[in-house]
Amino acid sequence: MSCDAPTHCFIRIIEISLPFCRFFLQIEEEEGGDSFDIHISVSDPEKVGDGMNAYMAYKVTTKTSVALFRQRDFSVKRRFSDFLGLHSKLASKYLHIGYIVPPAPEKSIVGMTKVKVGKEDQSSNEFVERRRSALERYLMRTVKHPILLKDPDVLQFLESSELPRAVNTQALSSAGILRMVNKAAEAVNKMTIKMNESDAWFEEKQQHFENLDAQLRKLHASVECLVCHRKELSVNTAQFAKSAAMLGNSEDHTALSRALSQLAEVEEKIDQLHQDQANADFYLFSELLGDYVRLISAVKGVFDQRMKTWQKWQDSQMLLQKKREAEAKLQFTNKPDKLQQTKDEIKELEGRVQQGERDFEQISKTIRKEVSRFEKDRVKDFKMSIVKYLESLVQTQQQLIKYWEAFLPEAKAIS
Amino acid sequence: MLPEKLRSVSVDLNNDASLLIDIPDALCERDKVKFTVHTKTTLSSFQKPEFSVPRQHEDFIWLHDTLVETEDYAGLIIPPAPPKPDFESPREKMHKLGEGEATMTKEEYTKMKQELEAEYLAVFKKTVQVHEVFLQRLSSHPVLSKDRNFQIFLEYDQDLSVRRKNAKEMFGGFFKNMVKSADEVLIAGVKEVDDFFEQEKTFLLDYFSKIKEATAKAEKMTRSHKNIADDYIRLSATLNSLSAEESTNYYIIKFCLKLFQNFLRVCLKKVEGRVASDEELKLTELLRYYMRDIQAAKDLLYRRARALADYENSNKALDKARLKGKDVSQAEEHQKRCLQKFDTLSESGKKELTNFKARRVVAFRKNLVEMAELEVKHAKNNMTLLQGCIELLSGN
Repeated sequence: MSCDAPTHCFIRIIEISLPFCRFFLQIEEEEGGDSFDIHISVSDPEKVGDGMNAYMAYKVTTKTSVALFRQRDFSVKRRFSDFLGLHSKLASKYLHIGYIVPPAPEKSIVGMTKVKVGKEDQSSNEFVERRRSALERYLMRTVKHPILLKDPDVLQFLESSELPRAVNTQALSSAGILRMVNKAAEAVNKMTIKMNESDAWFEEKQQHFENLDAQLRKLHASVECLVCHRKELSVNTAQFAKSAAMLGNSEDHTALSRALSQLAEVEEKIDQLHQDQANADFYLFSELLGDYVRLISAVKGVFDQRMKTWQKWQDSQMLLQKKREAEAKLQFTNKPDKLQQTKDEIKELEGRVQQGERDFEQISKTIRKEVSRFEKDRVKDFKMSIVKYLESLVQTQQQLIKYWEAFLPEAKAIS
Repeated sequence: MLPEKLRSVSVDLNNDASLLIDIPDALCERDKVKFTVHTKTTLSSFQKPEFSVPRQHEDFIWLHDTLVETEDYAGLIIPPAPPKPDFESPREKMHKLGEGEATMTKEEYTKMKQELEAEYLAVFKKTVQVHEVFLQRLSSHPVLSKDRNFQIFLEYDQDLSVRRKNAKEMFGGFFKNMVKSADEVLIAGVKEVDDFFEQEKTFLLDYFSKIKEATAKAEKMTRSHKNIADDYIRLSATLNSLSAEESTNYYIIKFCLKLFQNFLRVCLKKVEGRVASDEELKLTELLRYYMRDIQAAKDLLYRRARALADYENSNKALDKARLKGKDVSQAEEHQKRCLQKFDTLSESGKKELTNFKARRVVAFRKNLVEMAELEVKHAKNNMTLLQGCIELLSGN
């Protein structure tokens, strides 16, 4: 297949993709649904304090028309542990009833230490920028959740100028939360009673998320490789530019000398292009995948909470059964007090069993809704990111055309 | 049969119909490459007007070395010998691919294998080109084209390996070794009376180190481009698996991923791969070739410097002889011969070096223009495809 005519290439792509075209309509309908008009930006990282007690303060600006908020446009200052604190509160309130709470960005001891120590170099600037961007994405994902948006902790986080400091953030890091959640999963695995999955939907979905997890991790690793190579290309291009400039200086044929110097300039500009593209590779592609790998861990956690809920229900049922057996035995003995106590306990356990069943049904219902919402958002997110990424590539190509077209007359002028 | 002829880094070759040489075919047998050298000629010095012979890389080296060692050609720039065919990179990758076969899907494996086979082919084409250019430089040179060994190389329909062994014994690689360890101090230190050679010497020594540096950097840059093209293949293979996994309830994401994956594989990989290989041919190969050519020019300067040193020594010997009053005529003869040799070398050297400069400028111009044009073409292709993709995805 020849790629010399761009139209041929393009037609081939459409041929491959045509079967999927008609399903476009489906997503267009779904997209017209809820639109929460809220936008959050995290900006102006500022170092506060000195030495090891120093921290970065970020400005969190909210622009919204949602009636829940007192104003339409306002900002507050927050530090990283505040974000962790918010996440831990939300996780403790919502995870166990089946809501997918977006995980907070990871802590980084190495990265933060460099910043604290006051290293004003490129790598610590990159670290701060990476963190700022991650915090912004975290907040946007949190407020896009219709339930979480209404939560008083979220509102307080976004609105109030003073926030009580989150203590013991060691346990509160999202990694910590996930560890707790995964412990629940391990406990579930150790259970001898295998849950009788009467609902094939859950089994199917769990398998789907397992596969998705594996694929996204692989993709993430590949993209990280691309980012690395693109940065290498940038460095090598810059070095070549320098060597071309030196060659141009050494060249004694005037027109060729000038052309070589021009070549060096073009390559320098292209080096900058590669750097910009590497950033796009990273922020649009790599970080997105990293976010989703963590999000899917949260989804898996929610499925495990359902198992835990089921187990709790089963445990109460088993206890009830035992108490009923005990009651039957006590009927034949002359221990009216004990009998009454057992009867009371049975009453209580019956209540618990009923609650257990209700909880299980509720969490199952919630998870179904959550997964549907999550997948819709994921689809939109992926599609938007792919388009943005392709647009970044377009930018690069446009610049390349400009640079090389400018160089061409210089090359032709050699005689 | 090679379907495509690569344009060479040298120009104005193979224009003289009296002796036309090309390498229309080549075979790769494990480590060895067998070139088919095809000659078409109107010269009566050859037995037939058209003929082909099989040759190995070592035969080309033999030819180059015999030319270098020929005293009569001391005043000429001997075209640089073609480098040994180097399949190390694709071979290593093929090995890694074999090891990692278990960890990838069948489709990924087939795709990567195809890409590697394309890389093998690219290396193959490059080595054929560089061997062809060597012969064409010889055939278009007024003096070298008439060389007896060159004729044998083109015509002799038996295996050359016997001749090659004999040649080694005859010359013992004496002169070649001298030239190989070309003493730059000797060239730099010689007192130059001729302005032309003084300028050339300064220029060539400096230019050589600069072009060597530029070649190395260009090679690194090209390799990075290739790495990125390889990354795109891997990415597209992973995206393929991902899109297969996506739930059929959300066709849109399947569509997006499939489109993206195809884009990466078909367009970016092909176009980025093309950019990498065009850059390699027009820029890196150009620099590499002229680096070797300048070395050959330096060798000429070296031989001339040697001749000058010999002449100066013969002068001293003559003075000594005159003082002693012994073997004066002998010394006079020796001195006359040295002077003659030096003058011949200088005269032909001047011509060679002037032609060389002209040749170099023309080649640079041609390749830089072609490279710029190709870059623009690829970027425009890329853009058209990208914009089409974006339109489709944005649902317009």
